[in-house]
Formats: sequence, structure tokens, C-alpha cells
Amino acid sequence: MSNINQAGSADEQQAPGALVEWEQRVAGYAGEPPFVEEPQRLSAIAAALKDAAIAAAIAAALFLFFIGFRTDIAIGGLDLTTRWQAFGTAIVVVFVGRLLFRILLWRPATKAGTRPLLLRAFGSGEGTPLSEHFARHSKSVGVVALVAAVLYPVIILALFPMKDKQFIDLGVLVLTYIMLGWGLNIVVGLAGLLDLGYVAFYAVGAYSFALFAQFFEVGFWFALPIAGILAACWGLILGFPVLRLRGDYLAIVTLAFGEIIRVVLLNWYTFTGGPNGISGIPDPTFFGLEFARGDDNLPGLLGIGYDSAYKQAYFFYIILALAMITNLVTLRLRKLPLGRAWEALREDEIACRSLGINTTNTKLTAFAIGAMFGGFAGAFFATRQGFISPESFTFMESALILAIVVLGGLGSQMGVVIASIVMIGGFELFRDFAEYRMLIFGLLMVIIMVWRPRGLIATREPSAILKERQTISADMVAQGEGH
Amino acid sequence: MEYFVQQLINGVTLGSIYGLIAIGYTMVYGIIGMINFAHGDIFMVSAFIALTVFLIMLAIGVTALPLILLAVLIISMIFTSVWGWTVERMAYRPLRGSFRLAPLITAIGMSITLQNFVQLTQGARVKPLPPQITGGITLMQGDAETGSIVVQLSYMQIIIIVTTVVLMAGFSMLISKTSLGRAQRACEQDAKMASLLGVNVDRTISLTFVMGAALAAVAGVMFLLYYGVIDFYIGFIAGVKAFTAAVLGGIGSLPGAMLGGLAIGLIETFWSGYFSVEYKDVAAFSILAITLIFLPSGLLGKPEVEKV
Repeated sequence: MSNINQAGSADEQQAPGALVEWEQRVAGYAGEPPFVEEPQRLSAIAAALKDAAIAAAIAAALFLFFIGFRTDIAIGGLDLTTRWQAFGTAIVVVFVGRLLFRILLWRPATKAGTRPLLLRAFGSGEGTPLSEHFARHSKSVGVVALVAAVLYPVIILALFPMKDKQFIDLGVLVLTYIMLGWGLNIVVGLAGLLDLGYVAFYAVGAYSFALFAQFFEVGFWFALPIAGILAACWGLILGFPVLRLRGDYLAIVTLAFGEIIRVVLLNWYTFTGGPNGISGIPDPTFFGLEFARGDDNLPGLLGIGYDSAYKQAYFFYIILALAMITNLVTLRLRKLPLGRAWEALREDEIACRSLGINTTNTKLTAFAIGAMFGGFAGAFFATRQGFISPESFTFMESALILAIVVLGGLGSQMGVVIASIVMIGGFELFRDFAEYRMLIFGLLMVIIMVWRPRGLIATREPSAILKERQTISADMVAQGEGH
Repeated sequence: MEYFVQQLINGVTLGSIYGLIAIGYTMVYGIIGMINFAHGDIFMVSAFIALTVFLIMLAIGVTALPLILLAVLIISMIFTSVWGWTVERMAYRPLRGSFRLAPLITAIGMSITLQNFVQLTQGARVKPLPPQITGGITLMQGDAETGSIVVQLSYMQIIIIVTTVVLMAGFSMLISKTSLGRAQRACEQDAKMASLLGVNVDRTISLTFVMGAALAAVAGVMFLLYYGVIDFYIGFIAGVKAFTAAVLGGIGSLPGAMLGGLAIGLIETFWSGYFSVEYKDVAAFSILAITLIFLPSGLLGKPEVEKV
């Protein structure tokens, strides 16, 4: 190394021969590594076959004790049965799958720039990434999506009179997750605090409405703000102990918090009804009018006859309005000093403190506001279901919401929408394969994440604009660091 | 007094199992800085493999119990390692160098996948295994008049505690003395520098997962023999507890994981013994939260020094 430096700094005094030598040496360092690449011994097909065989062997080891053998409870102990046929089929499936993947989609790591066969067959795989398109037209995409959402129940009622309830219900479910995703996005995507117990606030909202309805007989609209405020208070309660924690310590404490809330709900029989939950939660009214049979109620007054699909549609519009409030508040907050402080906190806590930002307040408001929206969604969940029990608020629910936020692309509002539709809609599509759908769901989470590690929409609008509006890649921002 | 001693023994036993699983979390965290959420499910997978191997051994006519147990332990360690390796290869390696929430999501996805795979292939009902190792040493005689109970240290508990201590000792040797351990510590400090100095980082990380899975397999076998009941969901609960243990002890620190495991095991047993069984998880988690308020990086964790 010292030789090079000498030559580089003092090249004017060097003889021409030495300069040439030095240039040669630099050329040797640049570009290709000096060693000779090993010649490829196997042809591409043979290599693929070998690879697939290895995959099949590993699959055989993995599946032997799970597909090959099965234990069942029988009289007098456990019974062992074998399923060699299924075992063989599984191995063949892995072999063929790996072979096809290797031939069609695999990009050899050694040769940069070689494109997989499938992409070569179907035109260019490069070009502008999808998310760039999205970013460029984010405003119009949002408007189109909103219009589509508003018209959705009407279209469903008109087109699918037989299955309308099911489809509108699905829409309500997707919107609930969109709202939860947006709420969690404030905590994880904007403030960068990794929260694995978000479902706790959802539970607090649901239970506060249910308990208020049970003990004081209040309606949905009265209880909705209370549920939000109570959830926000719980957000603060969680926020205080975790102020000093970072990263994964924060993650485990929030997870623990979610579990504590669930265990308490499960075991405090006298107050929460324990595992039996609370039933008979009232439906929301429309300015005091109910969606029920009878001439005094809303369908009767409108003269449109009672149909439970109308009630579903009403639920749909309530959750749409709630979700849009969440979205607008988030978008506005990002432009306010508070939202800027959140994003600054996510990027660098020390710099934040040096600039005089009160990190305590910033973190607590992020937790409280995120929790508040979780609480709203929870109250809505309670009124839609009419029945709640601790089973609806397990860790899996938190994981699902977090997965929606991350798969959508952290900090991206539209990404949450797309991820919710893909995950929840896809989940419902597989209803007929109820046994397999959780398995597929889990695999899908892995595959989407491996395919697009930054989420489906990996770009977003910057909060602060200097002179010119530019989209920034998500690679540029540190996310979910939990400082 | 007798009751206290008995609870102490039970707590240490439970804590040993948690500790063995917690090592897997802490090692993976130390080397690639991610929460391996699927680790608890690897533990669950190992318990199922152990159960199947046990039944196969009985079916082919092996009757000597020590032989069966040895075979169960070794086979489930090997096959669980393959599971650990595959999970790392499929879900984590493609995301190496990506931002840090990405592997967390694939880990959660893998956890869901493993749970449902086992549920699908082995059924959702619990699998009971009658106790294989019975008997024990009576430490204190009960006295009907004073109302004190018999304190027993069962052979199974001895096996669990001794195995854990031996494995911990062996493992500490492995980390501190062998070249693999050195490579691992190097990757932990600076993966890029380690790779420049000729350490095969990918291989080291894979081996970390394999070792974590093998230790989880030991815990799985112990769990199966000690409790005698397994189902596809045990991994989640044990995983969360073990992760709590790892964080309590200071994530990234091996003695910390063991200490945290013991602490969580003791807290749970004593809380169940003296207060209420229902709230034992709340007690464990609350103590975690309180500890972290005063020691933000766990009991033995090194405080992170941030350079600006």
C-alpha cells in the first residue's frame, strides 16, 4: 500500500518507466479481481438438476417426521402411522419447483446483469419500478381509490344482490385493517418506535365501548371519543416506561404490554366476562335512528325496506370515514412541527436532542396518537361484531397489523391500503381452503418480503421540500430503529 | 420452607429450559441483530420430532430407555438443525443487509408457517406422552402434623439441570476457545471486517442458527419428557418467554440469557405457587418492564455507547 501512495503523491518526480509500472499496478487493482475465475464444469441444466436434488434432499430431511410419520391419539397411548405416498409427493413437488425456479427465475450471483429466463422472455424487467409510478401519481391514485371506496357498497349492492353482505363485510374488514395500519404507521413508520403490542390499544378501545354500553347503556357515537381517549391514556402509560429503551428492548416491552392486557382481560371474570367476552353490544345509530325492522326506524322512514346489507353498508361508511380521518390527521401532522419532530426522531435521536426537540413529549405523543386511532378502530370493531372476547386480541393480530405496515412500505399511506387489500382480501379468497390458508398466509408474508424488502410502495412524498418536489427512495431513510 | 424449596427446584428446572431456548435468541441477535421470532417454533418442531422418534424406537423394538433417549436427543438435534438452517437460508439470508424490520416480518411469517405446517401435518390436538423417567430423591420428609409437604427432586429434573449446566459449559468453551467461536465473535463485532479478514460470514451465521436450533432441540426433548404434553402452539409461548429471558439478561450476552431464563422460570413458579397461576405471565412481563426501566440494557447487557 505504501508503495502506491508514494508513487501517487510523487509521480512528477518519477521516471516514466516507474509511472507506467504504477499505472499497470493500479489497473491491476481496478475492475476484475486478479484471480482467474474457475471454469464452469457443469452445464446450466446439470447445475440446476444438482441444485434441485440438494433441495429435495433437504426437503426430505425436513418433511420426514412431519409428512412421513404422523402421531395420533389412540386408545392406550399414541398411534404411529406412515404416509410414504404424501412424503414422496412432497419431495417431488419440491424438486420440480426448485428446478423450475432455478431455470426460469434464478439470476446467477456471479454474473451481474444476467437476467432470468422468464424476464428475458417477457420483455424488459427493468424500466421504471412500479413504486416510482405510484409516487409520481400518488395524489390521483389516492383520489381514485377514495372514489372507488365510496362507490364500493353501491356497486356491490347493484351487481351481487345474492352475495352483497359477504362482499361488503369483506370491505369493512379491509378498511378496519387499513385504519389500524395507518394508526400503527404513526408509531412505527413516522416516529420509528417498533411496537409489537399495538393490538392492546385495539382491545382497550373495543372493551371500553363494550363495558360502557354494558354498564351505562351509552351508544356508539358517545362511546367512540371515550374509547379513543382511554386508548390514548394507555398509550401514555405504555410510553413512560419505554422512553429510555431502544430497538428490540422496546419491541419486547410493547409485546409484553399487549400480552398483559390480554391476560388481564381473560382472567378478570367479574369485570370483563373472561373468556366468554361481552355480547349484546349495540349497533351504531344514525342520528338516533336505528337500522332495524319497523316503520319508526331508518329503513322504514326512508321507505327502502329492511335489508341487513344496508346495515353493512352503513358500517362500511362509518369505517371509511374513520379511516379517512386517520389518514388526513396523519398527513396534516406530518406537515406540523410535531410530525417533523417524529421523523427527525426516527432518523437520529441524538441530533434531535441537540436541536432542542423534547424527545419525551415527541415519543409520548406518537404513542398516544397512534393508540387513539387504535382505540377508535377497536370501538368500531366492537359495534360491528356485537360480541368481543380476548381471543380477538392476540399477538397474531399485532403481527398482522405490523406486517401490513411493513409490507406496504413503512411510512407510505397508500402502501398500507394495498397491503391490506392483498393480505386480508387474499386471506378471504382462500376461505374454501381453510386448513391451508394460514400456511399460505405465512409463506406469502415471507415471499413478499424477500421479493420487495422495502415494501410494496418503497417511495413516498418527502415531508420537507427544498425548492423542488422530489420523491425519496425508502432506502434513504432509517426506519423502525426504535431510538 | 419445604414448599419454598420445592418451588425453587421447579423454578430452576423451568428456567433451564427457557435458558436453553434463550441462547438461540441471544446468539442470533448478537450476530445479525434481528429477533428470530421463529425460534420458539423451531423448539416446537424439535419436540414433535422427538415424539415421533420416540414412537419409532418403540415400534422397531428398542426397549432400553437410555438408548432410546440418546437416539431421540441426537436425531432431533440433527433434524431440528436442518430446520434452523433452512429457515435462515429461506427467510433471512436473502434479506441480509436490508433494513432491520424486513427480517422481523419474515420471521413472523416463518413462525406462522411452521405452526400451521405442524398443525396441518400432525393435527391440532395435544399429544400426550406418559412420563418415561419416574422417581426421584426425597430431600425433605413431609410432616403431617406441621402440614409441611414432601420435597422431591425427581430424576427428570436432575437430568434437565445437569444437561443444561453441561451444555452451557461446553457452549462457553465453544465460543471462547474454538475457531468457530472466534469467527462468531468477530462477525458479532464487525461482519464486514471479519469477511475481509477471511471469515466466511454466511457460513458462520448459518452455523449460529444451527447451534441455536440444536440447543432448542435439547430444550424440546426436555420439555416433552418433563411435561409430557405438546401441541403446535407451545412454541409461541415458550418463544416469547425465552425472548423475554434473553432481553432481561441483556440481549447478546450468553450468560445473560441463562440468568434471564432462570429469573423468568423462578418468577413464574413462585408467582404461581404463592399468588395466582393465571397472572404468572403478567408477573414475568411486569418484572421485565420494571427491570428495563432501571437497567435499559438488561441485567448483563453492555450499555450501547453511541458515537456521533
